[in-house]
Amino acid sequence: MTSRARTLLWSATRHFLLLAGALVMLTPFIWMLSTASKPQTEIFSSDLHLIPYHFALWDNLRTAFAKADLWRYLLNGLIVTISIFGLQLLVALPAAYALAKLRFLGRDGLFALVVFCILIPPQATAIPVFLLLHKLGVLDSYAALVLPFTISVFGIFLMRQFFKTVPDDLIDAARMDGISEFGIVWRVMLPTAIPAVTAFGIFSVVAHWNDYFWPLIVLNSEHLQTPPLAVAQFRNNEAGTNYGPLMAAAMVIIAPLVIAFLFAQRRFIEGITLTGIK
Amino acid sequence: MSDAAATLQGVAAVPGVRARLFARPRPAGRSAAAYALAAPAFVLMLMMLIGPLGGVIALSFTDYQLGAPSFAWIGLSNYGEMFADRVFWISLKNTLTYVAIVVPGAVALGLGVALLVQSGSGLRSWYRTVYFLPVMATLIAMAIVWEFMLHPQFGLVNGLLRAAGLQGHSWLQDRGTALYSLCVIGIWQATGFNMVLFLAGLVSIPKHLYDASEIDGAESAWSRFRLVTWPMLGPVTLFVVTISAIRSFQVFDTVQVLTKGGPSKSSEVLIYTMYTEGFEFFRSGYGAAVTVVFLGFVLLLTLLKSALGSREVHYA
Repeated sequence: MTSRARTLLWSATRHFLLLAGALVMLTPFIWMLSTASKPQTEIFSSDLHLIPYHFALWDNLRTAFAKADLWRYLLNGLIVTISIFGLQLLVALPAAYALAKLRFLGRDGLFALVVFCILIPPQATAIPVFLLLHKLGVLDSYAALVLPFTISVFGIFLMRQFFKTVPDDLIDAARMDGISEFGIVWRVMLPTAIPAVTAFGIFSVVAHWNDYFWPLIVLNSEHLQTPPLAVAQFRNNEAGTNYGPLMAAAMVIIAPLVIAFLFAQRRFIEGITLTGIK
Repeated sequence: MSDAAATLQGVAAVPGVRARLFARPRPAGRSAAAYALAAPAFVLMLMMLIGPLGGVIALSFTDYQLGAPSFAWIGLSNYGEMFADRVFWISLKNTLTYVAIVVPGAVALGLGVALLVQSGSGLRSWYRTVYFLPVMATLIAMAIVWEFMLHPQFGLVNGLLRAAGLQGHSWLQDRGTALYSLCVIGIWQATGFNMVLFLAGLVSIPKHLYDASEIDGAESAWSRFRLVTWPMLGPVTLFVVTISAIRSFQVFDTVQVLTKGGPSKSSEVLIYTMYTEGFEFFRSGYGAAVTVVFLGFVLLLTLLKSALGSREVHYA
């Protein structure tokens, strides 16, 4: 066999295997779209078909929005993820700056503590944090969803590593201009760190938009539900009856992140695997 | 966040460590500023991480129940009760089974896909996007889609099996298959994440190593993989295995929404046991003891990783 033929054969094999795998990866998404577009009678039939005979996506979406206040849940998701990320920055950036650029007694100890805390899995602290929020009387509120995550040790660690690479001259110049240490964090360090902050933001927003464990534990009220909780609730209410609207609701819940991902894949992959790469 | 757990050594090695040769004079006030800047983070860390971590261990030695007016120290009684409880052992066995299936599955597939994607140039970023999509999409929503695909009567999976002349199955309702069905969902979700980590590892292998191996007579793709790719990927693989294992120990979402640990405890896993004990029956003390077991496994994995990691360091 000539080497050209061999290259061609290999390329064909590569695409064949990868396409087969890609089909498996995409099947749940395709089936979700297909089912969300079918009327009830076609869903409950043993005849499998991908393209609906009768296109019912709008009906199913309308039913989904009528049965559950999806806008409200999307808004809750937005409020919670944005609040968490904003507060994480507010807490982490000053600490990261102090750890990276200032000298003070106990700095190394504090940094060691940060590194240690990264190892704590979130499920491990759930019971005591729940009891704490119970004591504070803030269970079943936005505060319960946001407060435990205002501290991101991983964010501190990441930003500290980034701030280390910022030249000291830049900071000294700012001091010369009479900017306070606090001002330096926001007016000098933050602007240099936009790429790192973006990656951390994607990491944080994706993690908390998709989080199911914590909202499940601290919420009772329906009107506070975040998207994952809402779709699980929808499924429990409509168990086994309304698959069309259920799939439509699932579609709506994953849409914001999936669309954002498709527009900025590289940044998203960077952000989500932040912990891994390097 | 959970990802962060395993990752440390991975990231920690990177920048930093620029020795400061000349200590510059600094005003006395700056150290006060440093404390002020770090204080909120420090306080929150104590309140939300260190404190609760100590708390969960302390709680596991008490009989505290949420809402009870008081509690008593009961020593190891929770652990005694736990070790005598059949459900705990089932839960532990199921968790280990889940980890033992999902980790090799998702690591091998992630590596395979990464190698295939990297071996050619066509459609590279399209493949990466497609395989990564399950990582992005809200797992709970996709779990519900999987549930419908596995529907005994109207599901896609049984439909295809029937079309092929095979018998359908009640995947999630049968105690013999429920856990394995959850494993499939777990692998489906984790493969893309591992692929991206492996891709990053592959890109960083210097090309001249392949050239050198070819001069040394390594002509087949397999011998190049065995002699260059696999050894060079060692640290990445170790990292991917650890992070996959820690994530698999945390399995909860799919269990809670699809099987509730059933049928007859066949898909009961550690975090789900912790959830039911701690947050449905409000037996905080007992739930804390289950958490401590979970913590023990995560700690063991982290230690194992650093032990192996430092041994292999010359290799990379």
